[in-house]
Amino acid sequence: MSGLSLHKKLEKNAGLLIFGILFVSSIGGLVQILPVLFQDSLKTASANTVPYSAVQLQGRDIYIRESCHACHSQQVRPLLAEVKRYGPYSRAGEFVYDRPFMWGSKRTGPDLHRIGGKYSDIWHRIHLIKPRSVVNDSIMPAYPWLEDEPASAAGDIQKKMQVLKTLGHPYSEQEIEAAPSMLDGLTEMDALIAYLQVLGTSAETSEEQGHH
Amino acid sequence: MKEESQQFYHDEVVTRLVQFSLIWAIVAMFVGVYLSAELLWPELDFGQFWLSFGRLRPLHTNGIIFGFGVSALMATAFYTVQRTSHIPLFMPKLAWFCCYAWQIVVLLGGLSLLAGWTSTKEYAELEWPFDIAITILWVCFGVVFFGTIARRKIETIYISNWFFGGLIIVIAMLHIVNNLAIPVSIDKSYSLYAGAQDAVVQWWYGHNAVGFLLTGGFLGMMYYFLPKMSNQPIWSYRLSVVSFWAFTYSYIWAGPHHLHFNSIPEWVQSLAMVMSLILLAPSWASMINGIMTVSKSSVKLHNNPALKFIVLSLAFYGLATFEGPMMSIKSVNVVSHFTDWTVGHVHSGALGWNAMITYGVFYYLVPRLAGRELYSLRLANIHFWLALSGTILYILAMWAAGVSQGLLWMSIDELGQLNYTFNDIMASMKPYYGLRLIAGLVFLSGTILMSFNLFMTIKGKKTVKVKPPTIVKASEVAA
Repeated sequence: MSGLSLHKKLEKNAGLLIFGILFVSSIGGLVQILPVLFQDSLKTASANTVPYSAVQLQGRDIYIRESCHACHSQQVRPLLAEVKRYGPYSRAGEFVYDRPFMWGSKRTGPDLHRIGGKYSDIWHRIHLIKPRSVVNDSIMPAYPWLEDEPASAAGDIQKKMQVLKTLGHPYSEQEIEAAPSMLDGLTEMDALIAYLQVLGTSAETSEEQGHH
Repeated sequence: MKEESQQFYHDEVVTRLVQFSLIWAIVAMFVGVYLSAELLWPELDFGQFWLSFGRLRPLHTNGIIFGFGVSALMATAFYTVQRTSHIPLFMPKLAWFCCYAWQIVVLLGGLSLLAGWTSTKEYAELEWPFDIAITILWVCFGVVFFGTIARRKIETIYISNWFFGGLIIVIAMLHIVNNLAIPVSIDKSYSLYAGAQDAVVQWWYGHNAVGFLLTGGFLGMMYYFLPKMSNQPIWSYRLSVVSFWAFTYSYIWAGPHHLHFNSIPEWVQSLAMVMSLILLAPSWASMINGIMTVSKSSVKLHNNPALKFIVLSLAFYGLATFEGPMMSIKSVNVVSHFTDWTVGHVHSGALGWNAMITYGVFYYLVPRLAGRELYSLRLANIHFWLALSGTILYILAMWAAGVSQGLLWMSIDELGQLNYTFNDIMASMKPYYGLRLIAGLVFLSGTILMSFNLFMTIKGKKTVKVKPPTIVKASEVAA
């Protein structure tokens, strides 16, 4: 059998074996993953999608630091029940300024992609400090420490925006210049709420969706 | 300098790695139990940021995969590559460096997760300084492993080494590509990929980290230790060849099944589903090869905890690698996605397959490394039943929780209105989460029992010195 005799060569030569593994295991990535990385529609912002403001970006990084994604997805699937429960289904163009993506793999708590504007700022504040005072039976942890730190403590905002600008997020020099003053007087809690309130607000209206 | 074949195998580093692996198993499983208690009593974080669910959760997963899992894989790769090459480890000092430096990286990495340093990418949460350290150590691991193979005294590279080799090569590729990022500060970086593209790259990594580390790497263990314990050659050499290459080829495509109905191209999802179904064949081929090897054996399972654990692990391996492709079918995934079913699936693999095969190998290995009988056969048999019942209870609880979540979330009345609020569904999970906590405690107590047993076995003993066998060629015998 020639296949087996070819393999006899492979299993007697460590270099060939290494090369064989590398070659065979990379085919899938080259055919399936690489085209996705070159697909322009996946990196083109949808009509209403803009980069996060300084405060929202800082809030997003606090969301990341606390690993909110461990229990909350940000991905409304195109299913009747999900659209009923959460709002318009998620589209790739809404996530082009998300580094990293925050879709999650588990909904211990509800999806948050369309949470923006659904509750007041004060509701979020109370909920984050004492979850069970506003949601019976909630098993969410409390985040009291977010009130103690200024928003500027969660990382150098100018450096962050500069890095994102390098990666193609359209921040102007003036925006980066003004960023620290935007955080003045705000706590980490304020920044996180600002992020939650902008989440998913770039959904296109139903007419726009119908048009596509 | 002595002729290499006259030198002893370097097994001391194996003993040390086994010890580290056991410590991580207890620590990371305890964190898992604590997390499951937090889902019942959220106040258990006592208002401390470092005890918060979000920060503890990656400590649990990283502790298991990189602490327990990789330490066990390094130990068994070092042990088996010497015996299948008939030569001591290449660059033993580098092997020791891998052993200790790896523990330091996992320890500091774990602490950094508690401090909130995270990239959020599942199983790749550690921030860029750790990613670089892991890359360097992984290369060192590869140098020791392939260096030993390159100088082997046996012409053919044995099957277990292909799987360990696949582990080293493919994980290096996945780790580097997925973690590409621009640093902002020591604790923060931004991914080179954004949104949908980031998602596809991450799950190409995430799925194949499971594939080549938790599946392939541990199959490397199986292909050496199962025939050894059964006193039988592997049932079908040809099947192992076919299954290895089919496995290496097809696993890589399956990642996007973690993103069904998400905002990624439809063709990517469907292709991932088809390849996931195909993957069932090479996955089961290794299971069949293992089971057939044992079934030919005259070694009795009775009073042989090591072999019992490995045979049981193959059963759970078969279950998990069947369940995976089923969950990748879009019409099943629509129910299972985002639910505790996924958590149950991961644990049927992690507890039933990874932990149990490791336990079996350790029960075989430690008495041989110590040169002394296992301290207590009785404790090992008790451990077997604790591990089995803990795993089954865990899986059942999560199936029940996950299937109800999935179906209740989707439940709508004839007017198209939702039947249940999210909160009501979440609140109804309490009994399942309670069962899961008990299951975790049972499994953890078994692990502690084993660690005690193995500690007593090795206590006060130096690692036995073993030389490569002197082989006389058949032609010389004839002459």
